[in-house]
Amino acid sequence: MLQVAGLSAYYGRAHILDDVALDVGGGEVVVLLGRNGAGKSTTMKAIMGLVPPSAGNVRFAGAEIGGREPFEIARLGLGYVPEERRIFTGLSVMENLEVGRRPATAGLRPWTPERLFALFPSLGAMRDRPGGRMSGGEQQMLTIARTLMGNPRLILLDEPSEGLAPVVIERMAEAIRALKAEGLSILLSEQNLHFAQLVSDRATIIEKGRIRWSGSIAELLAADEVREQYLSV
Amino acid sequence: MENLVLQALSGLASASSLFLVASGLTVIFGVSRVVNFAHGSFYMLGAYLAYTLVTQLPRGHLGFWGGVVGAALLVGLIGLAVEVLLLRRIYRAPELFQLLATFGVVLIVQELTQMVWGAQDLLGPRAPGLRGSTEILGLRFPLYELFLIGVGPVVLGLLLLLFHRTRWGTLVRAATQDREMVGALGVNQRMLFTSIFFLGSLLAGLGGALQLPRESVNLHMDLSIITEAFVVVVVGGLGSLTGAALAALLIGEMHAFGILIAPKITLVLVFLVMALVLVVRPHGLLGKPEAAARGGQGSAEPMIGPAPGPLRWLALTALGLAVVVPPFLGDYALSVLTELATAVLFAASLHLIMGPGGMASFGHAAYFGLGAYGAALAAQWLGAPMLVGLALAPLAAGVFGLVFGYFCVRLSGVYAAMLTLAFAQIAWSVAFQWVEVTGGDNGILGVWPDAWAAPKLVFYYLALALCLGATLLLRRVVHAPFGYALRAQRDSALRAEAIGINAFRIRWLGFALAAAAAGIAGGLFAYGKGSVFPTFMGIPRSVDALLMVLLGGVQTLSGPIIGALAFTGLQEQLVRLTDLWRLILGAVIVALVLFFPQGLAGAARARWEARHGDA
Amino acid sequence: MATLEVAGLEKSFGGVRAVQGVSFAVSPGEMLALIGPNGAGKSTCFNMLNGQLKPDAGAVRLLGCDITGLAPRQVWRLGVGRTFQITATFGSMTVLENVQMALLSHHRRLGELWRPVARMDAAPARALLERLGMADQAARPCGILAYGDLKRVELAIALANEPKLLLMDEPTAGMAPQERISLMALTAGIARESGIAVLFTEHDMDVVFGHADRILVLDRGRLIAEGAPAAVRADPRVREVYLGSGAVTGAH
Repeated sequence: MLQVAGLSAYYGRAHILDDVALDVGGGEVVVLLGRNGAGKSTTMKAIMGLVPPSAGNVRFAGAEIGGREPFEIARLGLGYVPEERRIFTGLSVMENLEVGRRPATAGLRPWTPERLFALFPSLGAMRDRPGGRMSGGEQQMLTIARTLMGNPRLILLDEPSEGLAPVVIERMAEAIRALKAEGLSILLSEQNLHFAQLVSDRATIIEKGRIRWSGSIAELLAADEVREQYLSV
Repeated sequence: MENLVLQALSGLASASSLFLVASGLTVIFGVSRVVNFAHGSFYMLGAYLAYTLVTQLPRGHLGFWGGVVGAALLVGLIGLAVEVLLLRRIYRAPELFQLLATFGVVLIVQELTQMVWGAQDLLGPRAPGLRGSTEILGLRFPLYELFLIGVGPVVLGLLLLLFHRTRWGTLVRAATQDREMVGALGVNQRMLFTSIFFLGSLLAGLGGALQLPRESVNLHMDLSIITEAFVVVVVGGLGSLTGAALAALLIGEMHAFGILIAPKITLVLVFLVMALVLVVRPHGLLGKPEAAARGGQGSAEPMIGPAPGPLRWLALTALGLAVVVPPFLGDYALSVLTELATAVLFAASLHLIMGPGGMASFGHAAYFGLGAYGAALAAQWLGAPMLVGLALAPLAAGVFGLVFGYFCVRLSGVYAAMLTLAFAQIAWSVAFQWVEVTGGDNGILGVWPDAWAAPKLVFYYLALALCLGATLLLRRVVHAPFGYALRAQRDSALRAEAIGINAFRIRWLGFALAAAAAGIAGGLFAYGKGSVFPTFMGIPRSVDALLMVLLGGVQTLSGPIIGALAFTGLQEQLVRLTDLWRLILGAVIVALVLFFPQGLAGAARARWEARHGDA
Repeated sequence: MATLEVAGLEKSFGGVRAVQGVSFAVSPGEMLALIGPNGAGKSTCFNMLNGQLKPDAGAVRLLGCDITGLAPRQVWRLGVGRTFQITATFGSMTVLENVQMALLSHHRRLGELWRPVARMDAAPARALLERLGMADQAARPCGILAYGDLKRVELAIALANEPKLLLMDEPTAGMAPQERISLMALTAGIARESGIAVLFTEHDMDVVFGHADRILVLDRGRLIAEGAPAAVRADPRVREVYLGSGAVTGAH
C-alpha cells in the first residue's frame, strides 16, 4: 500500500531524515517508534508532502507521490492526523467533519457522520459544539474522525496517545482496532510502547532520523536489547 | 429635527459604501492574514474602470449597471492576478513584509493609473432611474443615496450566507485558522486563497464603481479610502464581517454628525474613536484574540552576536569617509548627508521596537514629527536658541511616546500597528488643523540654526555627532539587560512573565526610548531644512522608516543603518532622475520582498555565514 | 509548616464549574503529583496557583503568606518557579543567557542600559547549568536545542531564584522514556537536597508512580482521591475515571 525508500529531508542545514525506508501493507497497522525529535513526525510530514523531501521515493497505492502537493496526496486516499490535533476551533463538530469530506473510495464502506459517531460516541453528543470547547481527548477523536471523512485507504496517525488519560488511550486503542477491521491501513507513530503493542502488527524504530530496527511486535517484545537501546524501557 | 434625520440618512449611505470596501479587506485578511494596502487601489481602479466602461457603453440601464458590474469583475480579476503573481509567494513572510509588498503595489497602481487616465479629476454620469430625489419629512433626499443605503445590508446578508451556509464558506473559515491542515485534508487551498482574493477585490471594485455618480474620480481615492477602511476593519475586529458592518455604521454616522458638531476636529475624530475602541476592546468590537502561533517554542530568530570582522572594517571606513570628505563637498551634498544622518537614527530608533521589541509600528513618523515640531514651536513661540530646541525635541517626542505607547504596547500584531497609525494620524491632524499654533498646511518656517552652526558643514558635523552617538547608544542598549529584556518578552511572553519580567513596562519604556531617539532625528531634520510641515508625521514618512528597517533587515543590528543609507540614497536619485519614481520604487519594494525577505544586511549575513560555515 | 497551602479553590468559566472546592498542601522536599482525565481542571488549578488565573473563591498560601490573585511575576518573586507543558524559553538567546535573564531579573537589574549582559551573572548561571548537566550546551541558542534539553533549561531557569516551590506542568510531555526518568530523578534529588516542594501534573503513569511521594486525583473539578501511590492505584474510582485497566500504562 505504502512504500517509502531512501527518504531524506533537511531542516535548514540539519539532516533530519536520512535514508528512511518503511512499508505498510493493505489492512496492516505499522508503528513507528522513537523518542521525541527522532524523526517520527517529520517522516509523516514528508510522506504527506508537508515537508519537502530532499531525496527518496514515496509510492502509495502504486503511484509515486514524492514531491506532490499535500492536497493531491490526500486526494489519492492518504489521510493525515497530525500530532497537535489541529482541529478548527471556530467550527462546530459537524463543520469540522464537513471540511474533511471527500468522495467515497472504491472497495471501502464510505464514512458518514453517523458511522463516525458510532465509532466515537462522545462526539455524537456534541455535534454543534465548537471545536475550541472540547477536551483534549474529544479533540483527538474529532481529528481522527475528520480525516476518516475523506475515506482514506491509509492513515498516518501521529502520536494519538500523547497527553491523554489512560482510560481515553484505551478507548483510542479500541477505535484503531475497529478501523483495522474495516480494512484500513495505518502508519502510527508512538512513544507509548504499551499502547503500540495493543494495536500494531509490525514496528519500525527510528532514531536520529535513521531507521534502526524493523520487525513484528512479537519480535520486538522478545528483543530486550533493542528495546533497551532505542526505547529505554 | 428633519435636518438631523437627513444627516443620519446620508451617514447611512456613507456607511454602506464604506462597508463594501471594508468587507473585502476584512475577508481577505481573515483568510490570508495579509493586511492589503492595495485594497484602496482596487477601489480606485473600480471607479476608473467604471468611468471608462459606463462612458463607452451605450447609455441607459444596461450600459450603466453593466459598466459597474463589469468594472467590479475586472478589479476582481486584477486582485486575482496580484494574488497569483505576488502574494502567493509571501504568505509565510512576516506581516509587515506583506504590508510593504502591497504598499509597493499601491505605488505601481498610482503611477499606471495616472499614465492611463491622466491626472485631472473625471466626472461620471449619474445612475439612470436614480437621478432625481425624493421627499423625506419635507426635505429632498437623493434617490441614489437611498439605493446605496440598501446595498450594504444586502451585501452583508449575501456574504454571511456564503460563509456559513456553503461548503466553500466552511472551507474558507477552516483555512482562516489552519491553511496547511486544510490542504492535508485534500482541499486545494491555493484555489481557495485565489478565490477569496477575487471576491475581496471584487467588493473593493464594486465599492469604487458605485461611487461614480456620487463624486469625481481622482488619483487620491486610494489612500483616502484605505485609511478609513483600515479604521473600520480594525474597529470592527479583524476578519469579522458583522463587526465591519457595525464599525462602518459608527464611522459613517460620525462623519455625518461630526461636521455639524465639531467641524474643526473632523480629521482627528475618526482616529480618536478607533483609539478609544482599541483601548477598551483590544481586538475591536467583534474580533477574537488571535490564536497563539502553534508550536509556542519561542521564536527561532537568529541571535544577535558581535559584528563579523569585515563588517567592522566596512563601518569604520564609511565613518572615516563621513568625517574626512565633507569639507570638500558643496552645500547640496552636505544637506543630503545631513538628511542621511537623521535617516540613520530614525531607522535605528524604529528598529529598537521592531527588532528586539518585536512590536510593529506603523506610525513612527509621529515621534520624528513631534521632535521637529517641539524644536520648531520652541523657536517660533519662545524664541529658544537651537540647542534648547534640540534638547526639547527628544523630550517632546519621548513624552508623547510615553502617552501613546501606554496604549499601543498593550496590543500586539496588526492591532498594535494600527493603533500606532491612529496616534500618528491624530498628531498629523492636529498639526494640520490647529492652524493658529502650527500654521497648518503652511508649516512653520524660519527654523534656522544659531549663527555658530549656520554653515552647512558645521551643522552637518553636529548632526553626524548627535545621530551617530544616539545610534551607538541604542546599540549599547540592545546588548545591555534592558535590550535583553525586550527580546525576552518578544521571544516568549509566558516565560518572561514567569521570571518576573513586567513585559508591559519593558515594552512601554522601550517604545518611549525609541520615540525620544526619533525626536532627536526630527529636531535635527527641522533645523537642517529650516522648516517643519505636517507631512513630517504623515503615513508616507512612517512607511519610509519601515522600508529602511525592512530593507536593511530586522534581525541584524547593522540592518537599519544600511537600510537607511540605501533607501534614502535610492529615493534621492530616483526623484532626481525620473518622473516615474513611484513606479520604480514600487517595483523595487516588491522585488525586495520577493527576493530579499531577510533584508540586505540579513542576506549579506546569510551569505557570509554560509561561506564561513558556522552553525 | 507546609510550603504551599490551598483551601477551597473555585473557578468557573461561563457557568461551567472547572474547579470546585479543591484543598491540599505540599511540604518542603515533597513531590506531589496532580493527575486526572483531560478537562478535569488540572491546568485551571495550576494556573490559579501561580497567578495566571484569578480564583473565584478560595485561598493560596505560600509559607503562610496569602498570594491569592497576585500576578505571575509577583508570585515568582516570592519564590515559585514554573515550567510549562510546552517549553517556553527565549529562542534567540543561548542557554546561558536564558539562565542569566532569570538571575538578572531576580537581582532586579533588567533596567540597566549600559553594561553588556555578557559580563553579568555569568558565573552563577554556569554553576546552575553545571548542576543540571547542561554546561556543555551553554553557548548554544535555545531555538535549536533538542526538546529534552529545553526541558532542562526550563528547570535551570525555574531554579534561578532559589524557589521554595516548583510548579511543573507535564514536565516530561514529549520526552523519551529514559529522559523522563532521568529528568524526574534529577528534580527529586534537587527538591530533597534544597527542601523545595514540587507540585506536578503528568500523564505518564511510570513517572507518576515512580517519582511522586503523594498523588492527588482530580475529576470534573473535584478532588476524588488523595494519598500514597499504592493506595491511589488501588482506588476503584480512580481506575474507573482515569487509570483504566492498566493495559496502556504497563501496570496490569
